[in-house]
Amino acid sequence: MTRVSTAARDGGYTFAYLDEQTKRMVRRAILKAVAIPGYQVPFASREMPLPFGWGTGGIQVTASIIGRDDTLKVIDQGADDTVNAVSIRAFFARTAGVPTTTRTQDATIIQTRHRIPETPLRAGQILVYQVPIPEPLRWLEPREAETRRMHALQEYGVMHVRLYEDIARYGHIATSYDYPVRVNGRYLMRPSPIPKFDNPKMDRSPALQLFGAGREKRIYAVPPHTGVRSLDFDDHPFEVQKWDQACALCGSTASFLDEIVTDNQGGRMFVCSDTDHCETRVRAGHVESAAGGRDPGGP
Amino acid sequence: MACDDRPLLSARGLTRYYGRILGCRDVNFDIWPGEVLGIVGESGSGKTTVLKCISARLEPSAGTVTYDTRTEGPVDIHRISEPARRLLMRTDWGFVHQDPRDGLRMAVSAGANIGERLMAVGARHYGQIRETATNWLGKVEMDTGRMDDLPCTFSGGMQQRLQIARNLVTAPRIVFMDEPTGGLDVSVQARLLDLLRGLVSDLGLAAVVVTHDLAVTRLLSHRLLVMRHGTVVETGLTDQVLDDPQHPYTQLLVSSVLHP
Amino acid sequence: MTGALRIEGLEKSFVLHTQGGVRLPVLAGLDLEVEPGECVALHGPSGVGKSTVLRCVHGNYRADAGRILVRHREGVMNMVTAHPREVLAVRRETIGHVSQFLRVIPRVSAADVVAETLRDRGTDRESADDAARSILHRLNIPPELQQLAPATFSGGEQQRVNLARVLVAHYPVLLLDEPTASLDRENREVVIDLIREAAGRGAAILGIFHDAAVRDAVATRVVAMDTGREAA
Repeated sequence: MTRVSTAARDGGYTFAYLDEQTKRMVRRAILKAVAIPGYQVPFASREMPLPFGWGTGGIQVTASIIGRDDTLKVIDQGADDTVNAVSIRAFFARTAGVPTTTRTQDATIIQTRHRIPETPLRAGQILVYQVPIPEPLRWLEPREAETRRMHALQEYGVMHVRLYEDIARYGHIATSYDYPVRVNGRYLMRPSPIPKFDNPKMDRSPALQLFGAGREKRIYAVPPHTGVRSLDFDDHPFEVQKWDQACALCGSTASFLDEIVTDNQGGRMFVCSDTDHCETRVRAGHVESAAGGRDPGGP
Repeated sequence: MACDDRPLLSARGLTRYYGRILGCRDVNFDIWPGEVLGIVGESGSGKTTVLKCISARLEPSAGTVTYDTRTEGPVDIHRISEPARRLLMRTDWGFVHQDPRDGLRMAVSAGANIGERLMAVGARHYGQIRETATNWLGKVEMDTGRMDDLPCTFSGGMQQRLQIARNLVTAPRIVFMDEPTGGLDVSVQARLLDLLRGLVSDLGLAAVVVTHDLAVTRLLSHRLLVMRHGTVVETGLTDQVLDDPQHPYTQLLVSSVLHP
Repeated sequence: MTGALRIEGLEKSFVLHTQGGVRLPVLAGLDLEVEPGECVALHGPSGVGKSTVLRCVHGNYRADAGRILVRHREGVMNMVTAHPREVLAVRRETIGHVSQFLRVIPRVSAADVVAETLRDRGTDRESADDAARSILHRLNIPPELQQLAPATFSGGEQQRVNLARVLVAHYPVLLLDEPTASLDRENREVVIDLIREAAGRGAAILGIFHDAAVRDAVATRVVAMDTGREAA
C-alpha cells in the first residue's frame, strides 16, 4: 500500500465539497467548541452525499478545516482499508485534491471512527471523530432541554448510576467503549464509540481533537493538552482492557487487539486493530514467532 | 408561650392561575421542623397546585414560599438561583409521587435508585453507596436481597417504599408527598402509613401530605389544611378539624366518609 | 390561678351546616377549677356536654367563648387561643386524655402504642418499652397480647390499652372519659388504683364516671351538669 498518494482534484466540486459559507459556519462552531472544551455546540449540519451514520459529522468537520497543504488519513475501527475509510479518503482526494496517507505520523488530519491510533499523536495534528450520539446523558434523560440544563448545572451524578449498575450486575465496570469522560474538569463528554482502551490517549494529548455528529448536529472539541478524565469510583478505579495474547502478526503487547475468527473449527487469532501500527512494527522486524493465536490446524 | 423557633417553610399569599383558570389563591401557612401538614380536599381543589408551588416545581403567579436553608437562613425558593434550588430539591427535600413511575428510574436497579442522590452530591465510593442503600432498604422494610432487581419487578407497595428510601437517603428536612398511599390496597396502605409515621418521627422530618383520604391524614398529619375551589377554607389541628369541623364544606367532607 | 386547670365562661355550640344550619348549644358559660391532687367528676345526664368539656380542654373541640387555662411548663396556656403547635406541646407534656375510643394505626402493637407516649416525651426506647410492659401487665394485658395490634382486641382490652398509653406518663392534668365503661370488676379495681396513684402524685384529674362505685372511689368532688346549663 502506498504511504502517501496524491490525486488531482475534480474541478467540478468546490474545494472539499462544502461551499465556503458552510465551511465558515462549521469553523465558527469549531472555534466555539475549542473555546469551551467538551461543550456540544449546535451547528447546521448539511446533507452529505452519504447517509447519516456513515461519518457525515466527521466529514463536515474535516471538509471545513482541511487545506491544500494537509495530508489526510482516515481510519475505521483502526483500519485504513475498510470500505468507509477508503471511501472517505477517496472523497477528499477527489474533492480537495489533497494527499492521503495511511501512516499516522505523516498525517496532519486523521478522521477516525472507533479508534485513536496507537502511534502517539504530536502537536499540529488534528484528530476528527465521527460521533453517532453526542449526548452522554441521553440514556437516562431523553429530554434535550433537560440534558442541557444538567450540563449547565454540572448535575452529572446520574452518570455514575450507570457505572454503579455495571458493578452491581457484573462486579466491575463493564462499559468498554464510549466510556464517559469529564473534560477539563467541567463538561461530561462522550468520546464517541472508541474503546475505553483509548481513553487515556485523549488526556493531555498534544493534538487537537474535534468531534462531529452529523445527524445530531453537534460539534465538540478537546483542545491540545486538555485534561480528560474517565469517570470511576474510588473503590473501582478506571481500567483499560488487557489481553493475555500478543498480536499474532507483530507481537505487540501494548496495543488494542481484535479477535479474528479464522475457520469454522473455533480457530481464532488476535491482531492489532490499528493496521498502520501493526504494519510498521512488522516492517521494523517485530514478528511474533509463536503466534498469539491458536494454530488453525491444531486440535 | 411563644413559638421561639423559625418555621422551616412558609407560604404567603400563594396564588397560581393556569391562564384564566384558578389553581390556588392566597394560601398562607407555616411548617415547623418535625411537623406533618395534611392538605385535603376533593379533586381540583388546588391541593396539588399548592404542593407543586411550595416544592419549587411550579412557579406561583403571586406570593412567596420561604424556606429556612441550613446555611443561608430563610430564602424565597422562587427567587434563588436555579442551581441552588435544584440542589435543595436533590438534598434537603424529598418528593414522593403517587405514581412510583414518576419518582423512580424504572430501568435501573433498586440499589441504584437509592444511591442516585448520593452520587449526585458527590459520593464516589461504590462500597459505601451500596452499604447505605442496603441500610435504607432495611429501613423501609424491604428484602435487601432484592437490591439489584429492577423496580418494575416490585409490587406497588414496594415501589412506594423504594421511592421513600430513594428520597430519604440524603437526610432531607422536608418531604412532599402527593397521595403517597393512593394506588395501594388497604392492608398495604396501613403498613406504608405506619412506616411513614415512624420515619417522620424518628428522623424529625417535616412533611406535607396531599391526600383526599381523611383516614390517611388523621393518622399521619398533625395539622390540616382543607381546600376547596383553590382556597383554604379551614385549618387547625387534624383531630380538631375532623372532629369539630366549622366550615360547611369540611362538615360535608367529614360526614361523607365512613370512618374519618 | 391556683389550680392546674381553670375553665372560665366556657361556651360551645355546634352548627350543623349539612342539616340546614341548625345550632345546638351545649355549653353556656361553664366555670370550673381543678387543683393538683383533686379528682373532679362531671356528672349529669347524657347529652349534657360532659365529654364536650373534656374535648374542649384537650383542644379537640374549639370553644366559642371563654378561657381554658392550663398550667404548662413555667406558665399558663389558654387552650382556647393557643396555636396548634402549642396545643400539641400541651398534649405531649401536660394533658393526658383517655378518650372513649382507641384510635391507632392498624399495624402497631399495643406495647408500641403505649411506649410511643413516653418516646414522644423524650424517653429513650428501652425505658419506654419497660414502662409500657409494666403498666400493660398491671392492666392484665398478657405479654403475648402486648405484641399484637389493638385493632384485634376486645372492647375491654382496647380500653385498657387506651388507659395504659395515657397513664404510662405522669401528666399533671388528666382527662378521663368513662375510663371503666367496659371493664370487668377486677380491672376496674386496677384502674381505680391507678387513678388514685395519679392524684396522689399531684395530678389534677377531670373525669366522667358513669359507674357510681368508681365515682365514689376516686372523685374528691362532683360537679353536676344540667342541659344547656352548668353548675359549679
